[in-house]
Amino acid sequence: MKKIFALFLDMLYISAFTFGGGFVIVSIMKKKFVDEKKLITDEEMMDFTAIAQSSPGAIAVNAAILVGRKVAGFPGMAVAVLGTIIPPIVIISIISFFYAAFASNTYVALMLKGMSAGVSAVVLDVALSLFTDEIKGKKILGMILGICAFAATFFFGINVVYIILFSAIAGILVSAFSKRRAE
Amino acid sequence: MLYLKLFLAFLKVGLFSIGGGYAAIPIIASGVVEGYGWITEAEFADLMTVAEMTPGPVAVNSATFVGMKLLGFPGALVATAGCILPSCVIVSVLFWAYYRYKGLSMLDAVLSALRGTVVGLIAAAGIKLLTTAIYVPGADEKTLDPVQLFIFVLAFIVLRSKKVNPIPVMLLSGFLGLFVHILIP
Repeated sequence: MKKIFALFLDMLYISAFTFGGGFVIVSIMKKKFVDEKKLITDEEMMDFTAIAQSSPGAIAVNAAILVGRKVAGFPGMAVAVLGTIIPPIVIISIISFFYAAFASNTYVALMLKGMSAGVSAVVLDVALSLFTDEIKGKKILGMILGICAFAATFFFGINVVYIILFSAIAGILVSAFSKRRAE
Repeated sequence: MLYLKLFLAFLKVGLFSIGGGYAAIPIIASGVVEGYGWITEAEFADLMTVAEMTPGPVAVNSATFVGMKLLGFPGALVATAGCILPSCVIVSVLFWAYYRYKGLSMLDAVLSALRGTVVGLIAAAGIKLLTTAIYVPGADEKTLDPVQLFIFVLAFIVLRSKKVNPIPVMLLSGFLGLFVHILIP
């Protein structure tokens, strides 16, 4: 019970203060549940990220489902999803009465601008840690695919869904090929 | 009846938006704005601005906003429920399949390839965020905003050197930006 309540509060806190797209919230979940609480392994979190990204729906909600269920089963999943959606529901419900004034407020814009610099630092910090782990683990295929995925989305703007599909196929082909050579 | 329509409209958003917020926007636009006319084009543009300025997924923010406008708070809840229901079902099944078949060599090959890919995708998302964060918006030639660059470097050093909670780092970055811009207009 205590575990479930803690999970709910963690998700509520993360969701209430996380601005930006799905990869931002996934990075913060990694820091909380992998690095700090050690409830999920690095590998699992990366797998969860791939699943959350390639499933329909909001990435934050998908990631919450996976993390919640892993940490505390079905009740964990329920509270993780609730924790993730309560902050936006409450905030948007309130703002919906004066959204035009909010959207054009200078102070809000300045605060968010500063936060965007901090947010990019968080995401790049997580990316760098994960990449160092790949180098330490000598995961050559992972490193190559990581660099390719980066180039494909960053320079060529290719849809992330296709990138994930392509690397899944690449993974199968490479493992089939190396198995054959071993035989 | 409107409750059911609202629920189904956002169920569609939740079911067909693969890849997060940017995939959801065109589905919301075609269903909620053009199809039903529940909100105007101008309201939709404001909604997208507000969605970027507030925490939470774009789809959930939109569902809440449209639901509130049509049927008040119960409408917000119904629309949001529709939006997250497909995720709850599909991702649950995938979770089960992931642990059930994890040992299979083919799935392991796929997963280890995807782990590398995910790192590249996170890095690309980070660099994109960084470039929009540190350049002055609207400038013709890309002009660097020194305050933003300073905040980024400071936050990055703090995060790398100490095991700190990232949320206070993000909030402090916001306050730092606000204060510096007020002091130096």
